[in-house]
Amino acid sequence: MENFKTELDADGILLATFDVPGKSMNTFTKSALADLSAIAERAKTDVEVKGVVITSGKTTGFCAGADLEEMLGGAWEAKSDPNDPEGALKAGFTAAFEMNRVYRQLETCGKPVAVAINGLALGGGLELSLACHYRVLNDGPKTQVGLPEIKIGLFPGGGGSQRLPRLIGAQAALMAMSEGKSFKPKEALQAGIVHEVVPVGQEVEAAKTWIKTKGDAVALWDKKDYKIPGGGPYHPAGSQVFIMGNALLRKQSYGNYPAVVNLMRAVYEGLQLPFDTAIRVESRYFVNTLQTPQAKAMIRTFFFNMQALGKGGGRPAGQPKTDPQQVAVLGAGMMGAGIAYVSALAGIRVILIDRDQAAADKGKAHCEGLIKKAVSRGKMTPEKGQGILDLIVPTPDYGQITGSDLVIEAVFENAELKATVTKDAEAKLYAGDKADTAIFGSNTSTIPISLLGKASGKPENFIGIHFFSPVDKMLLVEIITTDKTSDATLAKAMDYVLKIKKTPIVVNDSRFFFANRCFIPFTAEGLHLWSEGYAPALIDNVGRMTGMPRGPLEMMDDVALDLLVKITSETAKAMGDAYVPIPGEKEVADMVADGRLGRKNGKGFYDYPEAGGNKSLWSGLSDKFTVTTAEAEPELVEEIKKRLLYIQAVTAARCFEEGVITDPREADVGSILGWGFAPWSGGIVSLIDAIGAAKFVEELDALAAKHGDRFTPPQLLRDMATKGETFYGRFGKKEAKAA
Amino acid sequence: MPDLAPGAYIYDAVRTPRGKGKKDGKLHEVTALELSRQVLKGLKDRNNLDTSLVDDVVFGCVTPVGEQGGDIARAAVLAAGYAQTTGGVQINRFCASGLEAINMAAAKVISGEAEMAIGGGVESMSRIPMGSDGGAWAIDVNAAFPSYFVPQGVSADTIATKWGFSRDDVDAYAVESHKRSAQSWADQRFAKSVLAVKDQMGVTLLDRDETIRPNTDMQTLGGLNPSFAMMGEMAFDAVINQRYPELERINHVHTPGNSSAIVDGSAAVLIGSAGSAAKTGLKPRARIKGMASIGSEPSIMLTGPSYVTEKLLKRLGMSVSDIDLYELNEAFASVVLRYMQTLDIPHDKINVCGGAIAMGHPLGATGAMILGTVLDELERTGKQTALVTLCVGGGMATATVIERI
Repeated sequence: MENFKTELDADGILLATFDVPGKSMNTFTKSALADLSAIAERAKTDVEVKGVVITSGKTTGFCAGADLEEMLGGAWEAKSDPNDPEGALKAGFTAAFEMNRVYRQLETCGKPVAVAINGLALGGGLELSLACHYRVLNDGPKTQVGLPEIKIGLFPGGGGSQRLPRLIGAQAALMAMSEGKSFKPKEALQAGIVHEVVPVGQEVEAAKTWIKTKGDAVALWDKKDYKIPGGGPYHPAGSQVFIMGNALLRKQSYGNYPAVVNLMRAVYEGLQLPFDTAIRVESRYFVNTLQTPQAKAMIRTFFFNMQALGKGGGRPAGQPKTDPQQVAVLGAGMMGAGIAYVSALAGIRVILIDRDQAAADKGKAHCEGLIKKAVSRGKMTPEKGQGILDLIVPTPDYGQITGSDLVIEAVFENAELKATVTKDAEAKLYAGDKADTAIFGSNTSTIPISLLGKASGKPENFIGIHFFSPVDKMLLVEIITTDKTSDATLAKAMDYVLKIKKTPIVVNDSRFFFANRCFIPFTAEGLHLWSEGYAPALIDNVGRMTGMPRGPLEMMDDVALDLLVKITSETAKAMGDAYVPIPGEKEVADMVADGRLGRKNGKGFYDYPEAGGNKSLWSGLSDKFTVTTAEAEPELVEEIKKRLLYIQAVTAARCFEEGVITDPREADVGSILGWGFAPWSGGIVSLIDAIGAAKFVEELDALAAKHGDRFTPPQLLRDMATKGETFYGRFGKKEAKAA
Repeated sequence: MPDLAPGAYIYDAVRTPRGKGKKDGKLHEVTALELSRQVLKGLKDRNNLDTSLVDDVVFGCVTPVGEQGGDIARAAVLAAGYAQTTGGVQINRFCASGLEAINMAAAKVISGEAEMAIGGGVESMSRIPMGSDGGAWAIDVNAAFPSYFVPQGVSADTIATKWGFSRDDVDAYAVESHKRSAQSWADQRFAKSVLAVKDQMGVTLLDRDETIRPNTDMQTLGGLNPSFAMMGEMAFDAVINQRYPELERINHVHTPGNSSAIVDGSAAVLIGSAGSAAKTGLKPRARIKGMASIGSEPSIMLTGPSYVTEKLLKRLGMSVSDIDLYELNEAFASVVLRYMQTLDIPHDKINVCGGAIAMGHPLGATGAMILGTVLDELERTGKQTALVTLCVGGGMATATVIERI
């Protein structure tokens, strides 16, 4: 047996220790399932075996679920055979049902089975535990249990959608599974997911004690008097759970996630069936979910791509790994202080520089505020907080830059100012013992890096490192290279970003880089719609229905209207004759002139009540543009959705055409982490790939004919349409093509 | 007697008074079967009816479980001492069940399947709570999700929001409903149809609709809390907002005061062919001129009456102004306000005797009750033609046009 070590003790308890060779964390593969099946068979037939305890031999935890690549690879690539249209689905079912079959085999082996969960148990790991008759969890600081499948476009397909509701009731189970919630030991005990929580190291003993003293080989739901806690779908109380549950699922998902609906279907239908039939229904819905483009794209982006990029997937080959110890941050405003905070959090010493000591101190105070918040929420110990704070050295003295591995310039968005500080900082950076290895990064969001790089004496060491606000929360960093930036510099910048546990994407210099360049058209399209007479409520409601985190108008309020007006006027100035004005930009400028600056002063497209509570659309909006489209049937809603999403996607396609971005994984992950692009799509190019280049071009042409050239597809898309190519096929790195 | 054209004729209509649909309601102690029995027996007795001429009894019942389950129509036929040859069938078109039962009974007569048939319905809402029959529509995600299911009250509030009916508008409508209902009782306009419900000894238990509050006013109604705000806030506003994204938020205006009252009651209408007159010696009171049912957008759910009205009037070659009296079930005030607004029907032509906001809406029976009410009113006022309609769950609606002989 390769994946489990078994040991029969004097009491006849078979200890099965899950320990996949060569892996740091246990995951379920076909081979591990076969081993588990053999254990179940032995428990059933070996009279010496009185009971089974399952635990993990890994220090990293119990089990992180199924090995997605190995377990699902076949199921979603299954091509249907015209002569046997149901064949692929049947094969998918057989593959998907194997986990259910084996877990059920264990559950019905006739001997009591207890699980000693010594660390995290997620997805298939918790599902295995739920199939055991008794669950002991340790109280380790990293221990958690949960069914997070929904986060990658799936739902629990290893019996979880059937056992959890039968264990803790449909309402609690649906909430846990539809949010993918993780439970800490105490929470898991309170929720009734585990029977017992014990100190680390005592799990196996506690499990054995249960077998010796109480051991019961019949699962709760296999007992004759079993009743679903809270009732099933047609129980008076249970029905309310489903009625409200269906509504909540739509409220939260906007109907964009097939996995959420299939989860609900599996629970609703499964709870009305005998257990062995219920798990078959679950597996069918699981296979059905796998066939959806949303699941395929979400698994690729949220699982494979995020993992790959989190390990530096886009890092140039052949560059030695670096480990920055000290960073100097120029500018201690919101951005600079945020950068200082996340750097210190990763153990990097930070020289936080501003024009005088008071300004630098203010930046450090901002970090202190973030730390206090984390401490008060129990997410950080006061000692650790102090340690982080001690790493941040606020000073006006450029001399302290010397010895840093990296400078990040985050001063006010003004090219001349940036040129001055660049020169001053480089004089100190490229002196001393790090002179030959240090690099210089600029955190501009609006000024081309190539332009700023002109101030640098070492343009090959000059790079853009673009953080998003608020820095402590936003996980994406755009790394912007110019034609002079060296691979070594790029590798060092990525190593820094990876060290602070953010996800880097590599972008070639372009106005607004990648993220903002794709995102700005979303808000601009909102202005188009407004100027065309669409009711503002319609624009923002449909905006949210696309899966974007906010509608375009409320999004502009959040960003701040005065900032948008400033960016617009500077862009117009910089672009000269090439600038195409957006309808509505004058009206927004007028609103700013009238003191409507957005959410920050409580007045923008919406009025924000001072006492809190719901915002409401400003009544003056209809004076700017008369509402001529006050309602929309589903067909028109679909068109508005397309306008809001496709204008972003076509911009991303242009970025590929221009070489601004080159890796579809980075575009997808960047779109989701950078500006919350409709997660159901798996990201901005997965959206196009799912539609298909040919159909996307056709739809863009139709939108362009109706709404203007901004929708006109670039030649790249037309070429891809002709050749039947996808972004992942044409631009994907080999390992990214798996999905 | 002049020769009657072939068709379906209304020979008589009876109903119980409506009792408050709670444990302290007068009819709570009367079973649904007994309510049905008393109307069927009343219809037989006062017409001296040879029930062997009645081929079928179609009864609406919206919550057909427990004592209302298992085809209560047949049970009632047998309990009422009808000929054993009279069949019974229970149907469910939600709130229009009572009218649909009449339409089906009429269709049986028109097709020649039945010589005579009874359409009617029963609902003891105090004994069998609304919704206790389950049903896939709201509970099974496969029905709820694609139809943007929300409870009817949220739909009614959405109608008010979308077409601009304020809390004052719906409350004012409710005040008028009570005023008209009270006046109708004072004028004895219901005397012809209402059969007092008798208790186990044969003593009158209830002879008046129980929920009318003649003195209700804007102030009293204005003090009531909206009924559907909380459930709307939890999830359902977001659901219907995805179907009607033009609305910034839902204005929750409906309260127990401007929505139909929950009550118990039963009603039955005797339908027969032209030839039934000679066979029974009864005089037909009106002809059923046409019937229709429709489906429309299910989430806003309750705007169907205008569509079914348009469909039926078009088929009959009639216009809105050809109808002398309209009867639209007062499920919620906004439903009637929207109907009047859409079809441009003046308030003095619709629900002239009051309605369900004051007198209650015993789900399965209401359609038959309001058809009887408007027939009485046509006769009282010497008018000719009436249209009866109800909004129905799932976006449906049913309508019937009757015409006095």
